[in-house]
Amino acid sequence: MNLALRDIRHKLGRFLLTCLGLSLLLGVVLSMIGIYRGLVDDALSLVRAPAAELWVVEAGTRGPFAEASRMPGDTREMVARVPGIAEAGSVTYQTVEAPYRGQTLRLQVVGYEPGRMGGPAAIAEGRAIATRHGEAVADVRAGIDLGDRLHLGRDDYLVVGLTRHHVSTGGDPVLFLSLRDAQDLQFLPKPSTYRRDQARGAPPPALDTINAVVARLIPGVAADAVAHEIGRWKHLGTNTQHQQEAILIQSVVEKARRQIGLFTVILLTVSTVVIALIIYTMTMDKMRDIATLKLIGASDRTIVALILQQALAMGFIGFGVGWGLINLVADRFPRRVLLQAEDALMLGGVVLVVCVLASSLGVRLALRIEPAAALGG
Amino acid sequence: MTFSSPLAELTGISKHYGEGETRVDALRHVSLSLYPGEVVGLLGPSGSGKSTLLNIIGCVIEPSQGRMVLDGKLVFDDRPAGGDLRRLRLDKIGFIFQFHNLLPFLNSRDNVAVVLELAGHGKQAARRRADELLDYLEVGNRAAASPAHLSGGEAQRVAIARALANHPRLILADEPTAALDSQRAAIVMDLLRKVAREQSATVLVVSHDEKIFDRFDRMLRVRDGVLDSADG
Repeated sequence: MNLALRDIRHKLGRFLLTCLGLSLLLGVVLSMIGIYRGLVDDALSLVRAPAAELWVVEAGTRGPFAEASRMPGDTREMVARVPGIAEAGSVTYQTVEAPYRGQTLRLQVVGYEPGRMGGPAAIAEGRAIATRHGEAVADVRAGIDLGDRLHLGRDDYLVVGLTRHHVSTGGDPVLFLSLRDAQDLQFLPKPSTYRRDQARGAPPPALDTINAVVARLIPGVAADAVAHEIGRWKHLGTNTQHQQEAILIQSVVEKARRQIGLFTVILLTVSTVVIALIIYTMTMDKMRDIATLKLIGASDRTIVALILQQALAMGFIGFGVGWGLINLVADRFPRRVLLQAEDALMLGGVVLVVCVLASSLGVRLALRIEPAAALGG
Repeated sequence: MTFSSPLAELTGISKHYGEGETRVDALRHVSLSLYPGEVVGLLGPSGSGKSTLLNIIGCVIEPSQGRMVLDGKLVFDDRPAGGDLRRLRLDKIGFIFQFHNLLPFLNSRDNVAVVLELAGHGKQAARRRADELLDYLEVGNRAAASPAHLSGGEAQRVAIARALANHPRLILADEPTAALDSQRAAIVMDLLRKVAREQSATVLVVSHDEKIFDRFDRMLRVRDGVLDSADG
């Protein structure tokens, strides 16, 4: 008979309550991992959206996500003519705040040329931008309804389409505008500023400015060779898609990764201590029963199994319930929580090790109990 | 009453705890023999060495010195004889406690069956034997009850059933009637006598309870670690 199971059934309420507490703790661990995965996935969604193979940026910069990159608007035509380039598109990136239904939305505005590279990877609802002015495509996370109008800068924009999973590294939902609209929004000064600049004889603002050119290569052409060719223009720099993703992760996500990793380690340590204390207390409660079992002939293996099985049951029930709870509430987190099966498996393995480690304190206590303790009142 | 060869034979058994100034001699040169079928009382004031003697006979602790043979097997001869004491307890000794010590997370049947399962018996066989014993001790109708729902007398009968589960040759009872009224104490003692006779087992009872002294075949008295007298 399974003594661990019988003991659990005997004090089922207490055991389940303990498991619930543990599940909340492990749920937090899972959510931390999920938040990190979501953070990376969100960050990469922006850089992956154009499905580019090559990023052309301002020379000496690491691209539009890590630092400011400004180039003339005709760069796209230059890049498109480079041998090996199949197609190219101009893009701008800018963070804005916009009033919407009494709230202030923080949005990542991406400008691109409709019909060229740089737009959303897929439209979930509605359609893509079809005109050069006045239309927008927003990510559903912004909470803007299809067909609504959004006021940005001097103009109103009609939301004609919705996307999913298009957010910035900071978690701000992406709003796609035509390149022209995005350039006006980013580079056109306010009328008062414009008049003042004119009055003091300043040159007119360079509105035809872009942050990067994204390009796709002709199949079979090596990205490095094309990048070398483009690099001959001294004012341009290039990154392959892989390099751009690496830069993004290193410069933007790295600190968050370390922060979340540290939190995860702390939470796992707390979980270990909690399981250890629970198992130790449960063993203390059973000292007389363990002494009796030893006296009537139970082996040390039986006693160890009793404690270890309870620790494992607690860990895995806690883990399972925690996984279920986090799946239920993941969508309510302000940032995306991306729960992956491999992470769950890994944490399951960690919980296994944690349970074994945590039960060692209880096992040590149990093995030191003398069978003679069962005798004598 | 005539007895065959002794089931347990202790010769010159001594037990001390600590060394030097802290040394305490719990038992000094105790020699005794226990025979199959007899019910023996082990008496003595608190701290006299009864529990130490019970623990040594029960193969719970080892003596410091002396010789002990249990059911023909040498257990100790001035040093451990190398046997597995746990296995010896499991196979040859049944224990009955003052407060029955039933495992609270098992019902009556499983409290009995657990001993058999620990000894390697199958689950079904263990449950059958447990039911037989509970019927024998007239608590078969309480087989599914948890210890918390048993009366003192019922719990002690279940504890006796557990002690008998493995057909032990030696039954050691530590104050088995201390928590019972005189009527139930008499019933328990009669049961132990019945078991001793029918199963040819030796029952050694540690007790202060004078109302059961007449149920013993003989009594051993321990005082200051020395076996004072043996009568019967």
